[in-house]
Amino acid sequence: MDLAFSPAELAFREEVRAFLAEHLPDDLREKVRNRRELKRDDYLRWHRILHRKGWVAGWWPEEHGGCGWTPAERHIFDEECHNADAPPILPFGLQMVGPVIYTFGSQAQKDFFLPKLLSGEHWWCQGYSEPGSGSDLASLKTSAVRDGDEYVVNGQKIWTSLAHYADWIFCLVRTASDGKQQEGITFLLIDMKSPGVTVRPIHLMDRGHHVNEVFFEDVRVPVENRIGEENKGWTYAKFLLGNERAGIAEVAWNKKLLRRLKEIAFSEQADGRPLIEDDVFSRKVAETEVKLTSLEYCNLRVLAEMQEGSPPGGEASMLKLLGSEVTQSITELTVEALGYYAAPYDMPDETPGSNRTPVGPDHAEGVLGQHLFMRAITIAGGSSEIQKNIIAKMVLGL
Amino acid sequence: MDFNLSEDQQLLKDSVDRFIQNEYDFETRRKIANSDEGFSRKNWKTFAELGWLAVGLPEEHGGFGGPVETMVIMEGIGRGLLTEPYLPTVVLGGGLIAEAGNETQKSGILSAIADGSCMVAFAYAEPTSRFNLADVATKAEKSGGGWKLSGHKSVVYGAPSADKIIVSARTSGGQRDRDGVSLFIVDNNANGLSRRDYPTADGLRASEVMLEGVEVGADALLGEEGKAMPVIEKVVDRGIAALCAEAVGCMEVLKDETNEYLKTRKQFGVPIGKFQVLQHRMVDCFIELEQSRSMAYMVTLKLDEDEAERRKAATAAKAQIGKGGVFVGAESVQMHGGMGMTDELKISHYYKRLMQIDTMFGNRDYQLKQFAALTQ
Repeated sequence: MDLAFSPAELAFREEVRAFLAEHLPDDLREKVRNRRELKRDDYLRWHRILHRKGWVAGWWPEEHGGCGWTPAERHIFDEECHNADAPPILPFGLQMVGPVIYTFGSQAQKDFFLPKLLSGEHWWCQGYSEPGSGSDLASLKTSAVRDGDEYVVNGQKIWTSLAHYADWIFCLVRTASDGKQQEGITFLLIDMKSPGVTVRPIHLMDRGHHVNEVFFEDVRVPVENRIGEENKGWTYAKFLLGNERAGIAEVAWNKKLLRRLKEIAFSEQADGRPLIEDDVFSRKVAETEVKLTSLEYCNLRVLAEMQEGSPPGGEASMLKLLGSEVTQSITELTVEALGYYAAPYDMPDETPGSNRTPVGPDHAEGVLGQHLFMRAITIAGGSSEIQKNIIAKMVLGL
Repeated sequence: MDFNLSEDQQLLKDSVDRFIQNEYDFETRRKIANSDEGFSRKNWKTFAELGWLAVGLPEEHGGFGGPVETMVIMEGIGRGLLTEPYLPTVVLGGGLIAEAGNETQKSGILSAIADGSCMVAFAYAEPTSRFNLADVATKAEKSGGGWKLSGHKSVVYGAPSADKIIVSARTSGGQRDRDGVSLFIVDNNANGLSRRDYPTADGLRASEVMLEGVEVGADALLGEEGKAMPVIEKVVDRGIAALCAEAVGCMEVLKDETNEYLKTRKQFGVPIGKFQVLQHRMVDCFIELEQSRSMAYMVTLKLDEDEAERRKAATAAKAQIGKGGVFVGAESVQMHGGMGMTDELKISHYYKRLMQIDTMFGNRDYQLKQFAALTQ
């Protein structure tokens, strides 16, 4: 047993750190550090910098344009990116649909989509959830009816993250309604510019525009944009969900949030002393940090198993559950730490020429918004309750 | 990064597993726990033969292995709910002597621990000290060429069977000063030492140890006079790591037993494990166990790091394991319904051990407070 990373892994960490120090633009670093909303161009700028270095999808196999990183290398890369306050690499293209295309797609699909995905020319979004389906994903109703060389798609997706920025959407659609629900689902790639596609924003409680409804009205999709076989979409969807859970514990990010919480609790005063010295508050912080520590070592154990070639099963659900709970504890405590200054809340105003002066201490910026938005992480990607169902079934055999 | 056991460690684990399977089924355990001594001398001899009593001791005194080997054994002790005083004798007693002893003390006692001929207890707690290791009212005064000890040591696990009791006593300073605490090796039958022995709730044996002018020679002082605190903390952190492993063993049995019970026990015509509310409680237990296991590995692998890292690791692990253990214990009782309340089922016995483990060396609240102070 040994907690240390190998010399090669440590050297890789140095390489990543040096690259970030040199190439991460200061304005992006500042935006991330201060929890300001990232726009399409912010994401894309960082995406392209990483792409030029060949690291935007370093964990992809080399034959498809990645570097074939091991799980440990990917972990190190993610950790360093968070520590440096780099913008996140959005998962929809690189983590979700990309691997589906190179694993199950036709040669033509690989040739067309993969380079554009890596370069950032195509921004992807995910068409999984539907009104009324929630975590019961297979109950989806959006239909695709074959008409010659095309499918005609009708229906609605919901909670579609950043669809308002997207060029393409990967969708689960129903192509058969007899038999088991899971057996009539097909995986389609749909151009967002197709006639009949409408995107409508949903504003969340933080007043931000992160998610959307996407409507399909007689949208014609060429059959060549189907992944694999008709009615076999559930197989590809499950593969994708497995990938989605890699790195789901968000340990490095949680550590960063915790450091930030402590900085704020040091600076805020209670009874003439730093808030962090308040017994009750410091106990809550300690409890959260202990939970984060146990999450970190659970994550490393899963990582070590992945290094040896066994993909995470139910353990991924455990990491998702714990990671999201830890995040919520931290952001909740951060709001608490602000006291009254959590109240004068406004969406970060990035309108050019705006001279809005924030009320309260600088460190209050974006805190409440982040906390409110983070309420979603125990709901999205399979709610905590669904994760428990998965563990009960897959791990405990109940 | 590697969480696998080495080949030798795996062999050790196999021998522990085999012993529990063949020699320590729950009915045997019950008989042993209810016997006069509360453990089996025959088993102790077997442990010596299997080499378990030498684990973690210095090689030059016949010892082998380190924290990971101790973890492997303690996890087994937790799974089998063994009552033999391994922690007081090997981990604490052997640890203190290896860490602070002079050559005579080491060569005199360590090999005797390893061959099973010497049992040790560590008397650190007092009626008013709660979990503060530096809160020591017991006094040691210079007397002739040696020392005279007076005081009351409370709930000393393993004391009834110990040949030697290592006592923390104050040689200078105020009652809670870190400076001025010293360690002494005292014969259990020394003049002026009296004990009140009793079984503990978890089926082990402990004593109130009264010291009334106990005269010991100069050679009884273990380590430097007045400078014992860092040594005590270091060895107690090893004890914490060992307890964490034991707790993981206990929790694992509770998780497996309860999970099995949910699959077989029927109510309303179906196995109760079909009810989502119970599934989710079972999942919560599983997650607490996995978190605790991760923390047990973490603290075990950090025992040799510098003091600050080691203390952070130990307090975090103990806080998690204290909480997780009591949670899994209580949930297991609950999910077993009325049967979980009985003395007959092993569930309640594991629960009681996990409660004591939470208390030992400082419970959740105490550890969280320590951890907060270390990480602010």
